[in-house]
Amino acid sequence: MLELAIGIILGCCALGAGTAMIAGIGPGIGEGNAVAKACEAIGRQPESRGSVTTTMLMGCAVAETTGLYALVIAILLIFVAPGYLVNILMRTIG
Amino acid sequence: MKQKKGRFAAIDALLLMGVAMPLLAGIALKVLFVPAAEGIEITGAYIFFTLKMPVGGDLPITETQVNSWLVIMSIFFLCLYLTHGLKAEGGSRRQHLAEWIVEQTDTLVMENMGEYFKGFSPFIGAVLGLSAFSSLVTLVGLYPPTSDINVTAGWAIMVFFLITYYKMKCGPLHYLKSFGEPVAFLAPLNVISEFATPVSMAFRHYGNILSGTVISVLVGTALQGLTSLLLGRLPGILGQFPFFQIGLPAVLSVYFDLFSGCLQAFIFAMLTMLYVSGGFPEEDYRKKQERKKNKNRKHSAVNA
Repeated sequence: MLELAIGIILGCCALGAGTAMIAGIGPGIGEGNAVAKACEAIGRQPESRGSVTTTMLMGCAVAETTGLYALVIAILLIFVAPGYLVNILMRTIG
Repeated sequence: MKQKKGRFAAIDALLLMGVAMPLLAGIALKVLFVPAAEGIEITGAYIFFTLKMPVGGDLPITETQVNSWLVIMSIFFLCLYLTHGLKAEGGSRRQHLAEWIVEQTDTLVMENMGEYFKGFSPFIGAVLGLSAFSSLVTLVGLYPPTSDINVTAGWAIMVFFLITYYKMKCGPLHYLKSFGEPVAFLAPLNVISEFATPVSMAFRHYGNILSGTVISVLVGTALQGLTSLLLGRLPGILGQFPFFQIGLPAVLSVYFDLFSGCLQAFIFAMLTMLYVSGGFPEEDYRKKQERKKNKNRKHSAVNA
């Protein structure tokens, strides 16, 4: 019984981590858009290459934030949550 | 003259040793104390020992703290080396490098923050240098302090205090009023976004560096498995030769360690500049200063 409980905890943590990383879609699309627009801008005005690139990198970094939140959640679920939850389980069982 | 030159060179050598020694010490500490990882093992910073504190729990001395101090020492000696033997005219190559760094930082700060924040360039330079070197320390195989959330969170909290300080420049009432903009009922959201700033800054920096480490470890382990699966049957040394591990991890390292580390340092410094100068109500502050001046003038006129 205990093995089953621990197995459920581990499996659900892994599932949750995988599900959390669906958030990676958003930043991917967003950054792709940003880079595409930056390429267009450089094509139209090649002399403004430096400032466009800097601004694009800044924007990419900010757009990446939501994806990184998901990553942090996933890392917590994989490396921190199982131990914590198993501890709780052990304490409740006694 | 010759003696002077000899002394100069000796001090140079000492300073260069000061740059290299902390990194070597870090590697030695890692080799001596940190147990080697087997297979996929992604752990936090290794705890060297724990100090008993009289108040508020124990203080663990981790790899993060040790490596941060080593990086700080290394940067300190690097700065001393670059500024050793400055001359008003001519000057050596390293003087040009040091001047170039200072000029670049100054122009960056002037462009992004404006005239009022001219004094910020040493701080921004320090943030850039510390952050970049902390991430680049992976290149010699050390644990990067920036992949520990405590470090980046500490920096982000520092930046948060700076932002709040400059927002308060027009007095606390003006600061409180700024939450009610553009509409009063948005105040809770404004408060949340105020606290989201340091959180997102800390998570961004830490997440980027850590994800690089995690992906590098995963790819390395996968390639190891591939090698032993495909070539493990070969006789002798051919079977153990890490054939597939050559090349791809190096390319990944160029992106994750070099590019991402420098980019995140730049972004952290850039966001610091933008948030601090953006939060500062420049026009209102100037108006307030003028009002004060006028008041003082009136007072002195009345007194006279």
